[in-house]
Amino acid sequence: MKTLKNISFWLLLVVIAGAAIVPIAQGNVSMREDAFFILMLVILASSTNIIMGYTGYVSFGHIVYFGTGGYVAFYLMQTFQWHFVLAALIGGFAASLLAFLLGNAVLRLRGAYFALSTIGINEAVRAFVSNFEPFGGSIGMFFNFSMYDAYGGAKNAGQYAYYAMVVLALATIAASFLIKKSKFGLGLMSIREDQDASMVLGINPPRMKVITYTISAFFPAIAGAIFFFKNGLIEPGPAFELHRSVEALVMVMLGGFGTVTGPIVGAVVYERLRAFLITSETFSNFHLVIAGALLLLIVLFVPAGLVGWLRLRFAAVRRFLE
Amino acid sequence: MILSVENVSKRFGGLQALDKVTLSVNEGEIFGIIGPNGAGKTTLFNTINGVYPPTEGRIKFRGEDVTGLPPFDLSKRGLARTYQVVRPLGELTVRENVTVGACFGRENLPLEKAEKVADEVLEFVGLTARQDMLASKLNVAQKKRLEMARALAARPILILLDEVLAGLNPQEVGDMLTVVRKIREQGVTIIMIEHLMHAVMNLSDRVFVLDYGAQIAEGTPQEVSNHPKVIEAYLGDPEVAKRFLEGTPS
Repeated sequence: MKTLKNISFWLLLVVIAGAAIVPIAQGNVSMREDAFFILMLVILASSTNIIMGYTGYVSFGHIVYFGTGGYVAFYLMQTFQWHFVLAALIGGFAASLLAFLLGNAVLRLRGAYFALSTIGINEAVRAFVSNFEPFGGSIGMFFNFSMYDAYGGAKNAGQYAYYAMVVLALATIAASFLIKKSKFGLGLMSIREDQDASMVLGINPPRMKVITYTISAFFPAIAGAIFFFKNGLIEPGPAFELHRSVEALVMVMLGGFGTVTGPIVGAVVYERLRAFLITSETFSNFHLVIAGALLLLIVLFVPAGLVGWLRLRFAAVRRFLE
Repeated sequence: MILSVENVSKRFGGLQALDKVTLSVNEGEIFGIIGPNGAGKTTLFNTINGVYPPTEGRIKFRGEDVTGLPPFDLSKRGLARTYQVVRPLGELTVRENVTVGACFGRENLPLEKAEKVADEVLEFVGLTARQDMLASKLNVAQKKRLEMARALAARPILILLDEVLAGLNPQEVGDMLTVVRKIREQGVTIIMIEHLMHAVMNLSDRVFVLDYGAQIAEGTPQEVSNHPKVIEAYLGDPEVAKRFLEGTPS
């Protein structure tokens, strides 16, 4: 694995870990809450990028795996008192299994048809969960407060969830980097550029796409498990919120489609921008208008995204900025 | 015999694209396929390398029946091809394009070894200077070379060349012919579709002529160019027929 000897790989992970430590070191809870949310967006954007940026399959409803992982883990913790880490991992595998089964069917579709089918999947799963009694139907599920006692009380559980999110974010970024620089990743990018030509070059697109889709479902599912563990409450609406999927796409586009750092930069910039607009007196009422206009400008004038633009513009950047 | 196509037909709805085509290619030869536009030449390539399964008939590659196998399977067995309309992986660099060929081809190499093979092949086709460019930025002649390099990086046993000379100027044609000869010297068997008559006639050991999906002639370049059916299919025009027979560029 040449990537493990790559300095920018380690540098990136160290920078993310370093930034994530700051709120803890300062003991600033509100900053930690912000960082928790940003890291979650980084995970959503990076995993969307694996299937969308590397493979060229725009998964519009990727949030379905966030909700699925959240629900499965929540159910195991609430009903069987499973430990959070184990429940989250099972939630991740459950979502991957779902992605594997669905992927075999929907990854045969191309372009807009695939994108539409992923929205359909999200809506169908949401409708199913809303009517599935073991998961609490449309009311959802909530934790008894004493559930957090196993983790040293609710306050500690919040801290604990934060660490879990940091570790998951690092794992997602590492996976994204390793895939991008591997033979497998090269195959994915070849599929993105020309699927039929790839087949003639010896690539088996159906198999590679399903594997990729399965991987890209794993990380958001665990993020969902962590998020709803901390939340203490899960409902179909917030678990399968389509606009969060769309936001993840915006972050990927903003930062740079198909790059490793792009989705990270995109998630941070997007979240900070939104936080600024929402709290600003002048802009708060039309922050979505500004965000929308910004997206339009990016797509029109910097389609490669921030990181993509830097990479195209400065050859020297390409060596260390993936 | 490295490839044998036995009674292969391909129908698209009401269109009989290939009609009971039978041919066999020997190891190490250059086998030319010619025919007027729409004769089914590219369809024949597509059925040989698994893009479409034939409607009927069998295809054998190195003694094994490969009828209906997908293209990626055939690539692993040592069959490579180039496209008439070039298909570069546009947003990848030239070197990455060729590395894809080496990674997923017959030898199924790991990434680092594939990169070494890619460097050798780029040198061989003369694209080393362009290796870091995005493939979409190459000109037509360079894209044709890239197609060739990508196919060769797979270390194929048999390569299907679909009009690699089309759209090139005389200088570029000469360069490309040198590359084709060098490929043969490496022991790779070549089947080439070509419209440029003097090139096919000079290079090929045997020529196969297709018209309306059916074989109308097969033999050495001399035999084929004197075949009345071939002259009729192509020309009808005595002036062009004369040039054709003399093997001068059309």
